Amino acid sequence: MKVIQIDTNQWTEGLAKLEGSYRMFGPAETEGKYPEFKELEKGDVPNLNVPNTHLSAKSVVYPQSEVMFEYTLDEAKEDHHQLREIEKDYSPRAVFGIRPCDAAANLIIKRNFDSKEYRDPYWVDSFESCVFIGHACENPGATCFCTSVGFGPFNEDGLDLLLVESGNGGFLAKVITDKGAVLAKSAGWETETDAAALEPLKEQAEAKIRSKVNTDQLVKQDAKELFDAPFWEDIGFACLNCGTCTYSCPTCWCFDIQDEVKDKSGIRMRNWDSCMYPLFTLEGSGHNPRPEKHHRIRQRFMHKLKYYVDKYQAGVQCVGCGRCVRLCPVNIDIRTVCEKMNSYKPA
Amino acid sequence: MIGYIDKIREISLKLLNEEKVDMVIGYRKGSLPMMTEPCFVKRPEDVETLIWDSNCRINLAAYLMDRKEKIGIVAKGCDSRNIINHLVENKIKREQLVIIGAPCKGMIDKKAVALQFGQDIDEYQETEDQITVKGGGTEKTFQKVDVLQENCAICNHRNPVVYDELAGDLVEEQTDIDRYEDIRKIEAMDIDEKWNFFEDMLSPCIRCYACRNACPLCYCPTCFVDESKPQWVGKSNDPNDTRTFHFLRAFHCAGRCTDCGACERACPMDIPVRLLTKKLGKDCLDIYGWEAGLDPEQRPPLDTFKPDDPNVGIK
Repeated sequence: MKVIQIDTNQWTEGLAKLEGSYRMFGPAETEGKYPEFKELEKGDVPNLNVPNTHLSAKSVVYPQSEVMFEYTLDEAKEDHHQLREIEKDYSPRAVFGIRPCDAAANLIIKRNFDSKEYRDPYWVDSFESCVFIGHACENPGATCFCTSVGFGPFNEDGLDLLLVESGNGGFLAKVITDKGAVLAKSAGWETETDAAALEPLKEQAEAKIRSKVNTDQLVKQDAKELFDAPFWEDIGFACLNCGTCTYSCPTCWCFDIQDEVKDKSGIRMRNWDSCMYPLFTLEGSGHNPRPEKHHRIRQRFMHKLKYYVDKYQAGVQCVGCGRCVRLCPVNIDIRTVCEKMNSYKPA
Repeated sequence: MIGYIDKIREISLKLLNEEKVDMVIGYRKGSLPMMTEPCFVKRPEDVETLIWDSNCRINLAAYLMDRKEKIGIVAKGCDSRNIINHLVENKIKREQLVIIGAPCKGMIDKKAVALQFGQDIDEYQETEDQITVKGGGTEKTFQKVDVLQENCAICNHRNPVVYDELAGDLVEEQTDIDRYEDIRKIEAMDIDEKWNFFEDMLSPCIRCYACRNACPLCYCPTCFVDESKPQWVGKSNDPNDTRTFHFLRAFHCAGRCTDCGACERACPMDIPVRLLTKKLGKDCLDIYGWEAGLDPEQRPPLDTFKPDDPNVGIK
């Protein structure tokens, strides 16, 4: 696919043109707060000067809380006690500045939400409405390990366009899909340039990733042996069982369904859930199959690094963004745990 | 504080060898610079994994609740005060514990250092009074006193209040400090200003409950936010529910909070949740002359009744 040169003026003008036909999303900064992905107000431009957003871009497709149905309990109304679908806006969205790790993570989530057996309409419709305009990482962070898990700072999985900074506020844009080509055309970005310029930049960026993790043995390990490995209590000791790792993770997909009723009108929503919480597995009988915190932390790592690996045969359920590593209050590090699991030899 | 580690290892080794404890709870080296990980050591040969530096921020009292073993535990001033809370609230028995006191000159605010350094930190070193961080081909040295966590900078109980062993000499307590400047500013706001202030302060909250879970006071078997019959609080990120969680949690900590700062340190979104608990701490001091976690024989003011109670709270 072709590579386009976009200078600063073309960039600004292009964004303005796109506003008419796309809902615009991108990293936005609020004073005193971390930049996060948001729907941009008219006239606002995505802030591409941030290294990577504090939380992942997962919420663009998959919000933390999402109302699915509404209903009334008022028996005077004809449709009382019937769920009515909430109308959703699935008009085209342009998601600017998503990093390659977060874009690749969407494809991991897609395996769960869009399979032969099940199609999650909210996630899939939302995902399909998006055009992902990625931002290559020319300066990856100290905890980034994307190259160890099959991705990279210029990775194209899950992207429609990839922007690479070319100095002076301009970009080189690699067109990856037809969706990306359509968006570039609507923005008026059409100056083709030499694709060879990207390769050395990509190599330089990859060379800057210093954090490496071995995952090659995970698929060969016996799941039961890993489950019974002696290191879980030690790994789980410090864990606070907060949801920081799961909520900041671009690939964690679990949710909980809740009804909220006020007077006679109710909504049914789904909210992100976390396998770190005791409530996640608490059964109606009062029994909890994961009563201790090391059971719960084992679940998180076994899911990402073993069950997913075995089920999909497509690598680990981790894109190496490093957020859980940076944000864990007690420094539980998925890289360390992964090495332990990868090199484990049962006695 | 630098020399503590040899002493902590020596004491831990002795306790484990003599079978006076089943485990020692302390800190081990983190995988990231400026991070440590709470850990336990059960075998004498593992005491070498224990470390001590100015990044031992997490309050280890949070790892004690309802444990049955005999435990050696490393305790800064704040940890020791929370151990006293646990003793008062019957969460652990004194005879189960050997407290290894660590007189503390304050822990480093990692986020403040990172912000001032401006790039990824690859290496960290510290001396008695200074820290040096390196990364991206450059390095910077800070005086520890300039980059202390806010709660450490205004701490008036640096020495462990209760201990059986000491990892170092007791340090001088800070006396000339104004603990409540920030609280007075909020108290002076009118109702609308306060509303807006708290709304803005809590807006980044993702309801991960790291603040609650890091807090040694938050040990309810089922937290009110997790109750389902009745369900007191909604589960979405609706600002009403988020406010309810934070305000109610703070009230549950009134008269018990030692301002150890574990909540703020754990928060992935840097929300200054201590502002809520500090206000209640200030009220307890103003109304009852009470500071939490100083005396194992005294119950906190909000779970006792005295005929001469000033009753300020219900006027």
